[in-house]
Amino acid sequence: MAKITFVTSNNESITVEGQSGSVMELAKQNNIKGIDGDCGGVCSCATCHVFVAPEHIEKTGRASEIEEDMLELDDNANEYSRLCCQLDISDSLDGVILQVAK
Amino acid sequence: MSKNLNTNKTCVIIGASHAGVNLAFYLRNEGWEGKIILIDSDPTLPYHRPPLSKAYLTSNDSIEKNLLKSAENYKVENIDLQLNVRVLSIDRAKQSITLNNGSTQNYDKLVLATGARPIIPPIQGIKNANNLFTLRTAKDVNNIRTAFNTSKTKRVVIIGGGYIGLETAASLKKLGGQVVVLEREDRILKRVTAPEMSTFFMELHNKNNVSILTNKNVVSIEPNAQSNTIVCADGSKFDADIIIVGVGIHVNLELALEAGLSIENGIKVNYTTQTSDENIYAIGDCTFHYNPHYKRNIRLESVQNALDQAKIAATCISGKEAVYNSIPWFWSDQYNVKLQMVGLSTGYNQVLTRTETGAENKLSFWYFKDDELLAVDAVNNAKAYVYGTKFIKSGEKIDKNKLVDSSVIFKPVNLLA
Repeated sequence: MAKITFVTSNNESITVEGQSGSVMELAKQNNIKGIDGDCGGVCSCATCHVFVAPEHIEKTGRASEIEEDMLELDDNANEYSRLCCQLDISDSLDGVILQVAK
Repeated sequence: MSKNLNTNKTCVIIGASHAGVNLAFYLRNEGWEGKIILIDSDPTLPYHRPPLSKAYLTSNDSIEKNLLKSAENYKVENIDLQLNVRVLSIDRAKQSITLNNGSTQNYDKLVLATGARPIIPPIQGIKNANNLFTLRTAKDVNNIRTAFNTSKTKRVVIIGGGYIGLETAASLKKLGGQVVVLEREDRILKRVTAPEMSTFFMELHNKNNVSILTNKNVVSIEPNAQSNTIVCADGSKFDADIIIVGVGIHVNLELALEAGLSIENGIKVNYTTQTSDENIYAIGDCTFHYNPHYKRNIRLESVQNALDQAKIAATCISGKEAVYNSIPWFWSDQYNVKLQMVGLSTGYNQVLTRTETGAENKLSFWYFKDDELLAVDAVNNAKAYVYGTKFIKSGEKIDKNKLVDSSVIFKPVNLLA
């Protein structure tokens, strides 16, 4: 189980708890604005872009090769960017803060 | 601040799949405070369709894992979701619809997100075939899973070598089926891709021991005790415990047709997704719409189009301005191959293939009309998909010699003419 905090583009901070599945699915279940997950979680659309709080990047790890490639669609992507459909919920994500990309 | 003008209004959406469901939620984001009524004849809480032929088919998951939105989400956003209800007719003069439960419902704005249904080709004996399925709904896949799991010999024949047929072939092979795909044309994916892509996927399936046969026009199906014999025009015969039909779709446009809306290869909409009636919009697979980039009217069967049109409709229905202007994109997953496509290749006169070194099956097909890049099909190569998207949008000219030279490092700046 992990508590995950999403900070939306209007600076609203929402903390939710997840057991399993991906962070994108968790965000969708909780109607987090800005996480669309259009492709359903197969890393094909780049509509679940989040910036991991720099101090938490160890918890999530960095983007994989395909994520990095897909993130090139967004000019604002940086070294803390992740596509959260590729982040599986586990205890190690507990407490992580994710800024939702605009 | 002026009072919101749509508080007492009602927006009725017919069809609760990708387009309709997302429209309902986008409407709330756009500030629509009136009623939202979302109607579908499918009894299941709306779900993602793309996984049906892929991850959902190969798993034992319940559909709850693939929901577009949770039941709670509809409540929170005050969206009145009415499932297992069929709309019988639209009365444009009265601005009301009639439902199969005997009730009528008035609307201020009506949205047709009615989608499409699989074609059942007029093959002799198809109505009496054993375990014959199309693949469009969760129920279809549940039935396929049950039939497959209870079959001892698991001989599957798939009629139609399009994306649905090929994805289903890969999935049922993964589950241990003996799979044959029968394609009527001289190559698979003929309607949507270049011969180079058809060859790649044909070889991929053959390597995975799925037999793909082209020029196979199925003329009859003879049911036996539990299985079937499929007969082709050339006299060849195939035994099948399970038959999947994936030969394309019919647009669900009967409601629009009977209501007298303009129809042309789909429900005709303008650049704001409005039909020929100013109070009725149409979105998703059912629409025939103008694409400004390709400068022609098209119909698209895709999640991208469903979502993009839903966004435009939500903005316009809420009284703001928006214009549809999307570059289409698609994806398909077969075995361990990830295919991503961007653009529309229709009208191409040249296809260039770029192969990356040092990785198996990492390649991309670039469709040009003279110097204009129309579309890219990227195989295990998200970079090519992303660069293709950027080049198509920007219209920048590409140096074709550099593009096909795998020793040129794959970066947009290196590929420009």
